Amino acid sequence: MALRAPANAPKPVAAPTPAAAPAVRRRLAEQLTAYGFLCGALLVFAVFAWYPVVRNVVLAFQEVNFVRGSSWVGLENFRHVLDDPLFATAWRNSALFTLYALVLGFGVPFVAAVLINEFRHARAYFRVLVYLPVMLPPVVVALMWRWFYQPEGGLINEVLGTAGLPTSQWTNSPDTALISLVIVSTWANMGTATLIYLAALQTIPGELYESAELDGAGIWRRLWHVTVPATRFVILMLLLLQVVATMQVFTEPFVMTGGGPQDSTVTVMLLVYRYAFVHHDFGAASAMSLLLLLVLAVFSAAYLRVTRGRAD
Amino acid sequence: MRTLVRPAALRTRRGRLVYWSLFAVTLLLFTLAFVIPLYWMVTGGMKSSPELARNPPTYVPEEWHPDTYTDAWNRLDLARYFGNTLTLIGGAWLLGLAIQLPAAYALSRLRPRFGGLVLGLMLVTLMVPATVLLVPTYLTVTDVPLLGLNLVNNPAAVWLPAAANAFNIYVLKNFFDRIPGELLDAARIDGAGPLTVLRRIVLPLSRPIIAVVSILSVTALWRDFLWPLVVLPDPARQPITVYLQRISDSTSLNLLIAGLVLASIPLVLLFLVFQRHIIAGLTAGGIKG
Repeated sequence: MALRAPANAPKPVAAPTPAAAPAVRRRLAEQLTAYGFLCGALLVFAVFAWYPVVRNVVLAFQEVNFVRGSSWVGLENFRHVLDDPLFATAWRNSALFTLYALVLGFGVPFVAAVLINEFRHARAYFRVLVYLPVMLPPVVVALMWRWFYQPEGGLINEVLGTAGLPTSQWTNSPDTALISLVIVSTWANMGTATLIYLAALQTIPGELYESAELDGAGIWRRLWHVTVPATRFVILMLLLLQVVATMQVFTEPFVMTGGGPQDSTVTVMLLVYRYAFVHHDFGAASAMSLLLLLVLAVFSAAYLRVTRGRAD
Repeated sequence: MRTLVRPAALRTRRGRLVYWSLFAVTLLLFTLAFVIPLYWMVTGGMKSSPELARNPPTYVPEEWHPDTYTDAWNRLDLARYFGNTLTLIGGAWLLGLAIQLPAAYALSRLRPRFGGLVLGLMLVTLMVPATVLLVPTYLTVTDVPLLGLNLVNNPAAVWLPAAANAFNIYVLKNFFDRIPGELLDAARIDGAGPLTVLRRIVLPLSRPIIAVVSILSVTALWRDFLWPLVVLPDPARQPITVYLQRISDSTSLNLLIAGLVLASIPLVLLFLVFQRHIIAGLTAGGIKG
């Protein structure tokens, strides 16, 4: 290590030529060290994150052939995908799944969080219980619920029957299959949203409620005019995240229904999987993925705007 | 702490009545929704096959067969598939930290030129969900550029893409940014190089954030299904989740249920032990974006 100059020593204004070379060399060495620390990350990102994005776009316009090599086919893949009678079905199912999941997976955790936040007892119990399913692998959850949903002798119909409520065919009927999957996905994932809401609720200063009360606001108006605005940012953030997550739904339909009955649970990702790994049509799969990517990019961009706006 | 409900209202007779009835209803619904399914699974694994097929089902097993669990462990060869899962997750976790910690440290403290650009390009990948890039990433894994390797059926097919985790790098970098600079300068003046500073000063100070990042990575890897399904077609190399899905139609129900319960135990235990860390990590990650 070189000798350090005393802090109050006058700094040389322009480095004299003999000293310039070591400074340049030192800066170069610093940069080399920095990039040495970064190189592992740069490599895995280049190969497994950045390159696939570019490749997805390229593949969508190619016919992939491992033996003869790939060739450009223009918009052929998109035409093929659009001509598939399942195209509209898959998009409708994914959109409906997302919509139902918003209604259920959004209202339920918010209400649960508001209630838990008011309770003075058993809060840890509620918190642990609601988050426990998040820790189960989604495949396990899907296989479990496939069994619970059995119309004859399944847990769900049994509980409903005992309570005197109507039973259902659940995943066995095209009318109820999609909503049955939404229920499973909500059950498995609502813990995350509930705990994030709870954390947000705990940051609301109590004085806000007190002053609202002095202004004569009842409990519903306090909920609407204090609680909701104070958690608006978190609500919006989770909404966007959830749309992005549920538009890609795959595991539940793949494991529980295989897309049936009567294609009522064929989703976009299930179709991508079938193109690629059942029919080995990687071009069509990429074209479909690219369409999904474009749709999701809108929501991702909105999410970034929201979080960025908050950070500033 | 003051919340939505007026504290005074809770002290009135009517307030207490409303509070306790709401509390009871919520407690009942939560227990029904989250305890009953788990109870049903655990006891289902102990019922005999004919009892499982019965309609209406039995709430408490008539005959207890706890040996179904040992049966499932042996007959389904679960030790091997747990081992596969452990290899996949352990390798991805260690490789991930080995790549992300130095990268985050470099971006935070070593001032690489274009560091902002590099971080930005990494963060952009968060906008593109990994699932959507299934096909191009799969094709990349079958023929890794420059090396020409085919990683299908190789655990590295799970390890390497998992290491490219921008969220972890971002969280670690933010934490490193908050370590007081004087501490690092002092070490440097004593002659410590960047690697020593990272190992001796930064890492020991960062234990809590490393715990959070580790738990998030392990949980995500444990939950992942589609990626191991496509890159590990060889049944002998699949993680336990992919394996259970594959055999779900050809195995008797009581063995399958016992297998599902056994496959859930490790992460549930991890959660119960590290509950505080997990919930803290979740809400920190969630709220700060």
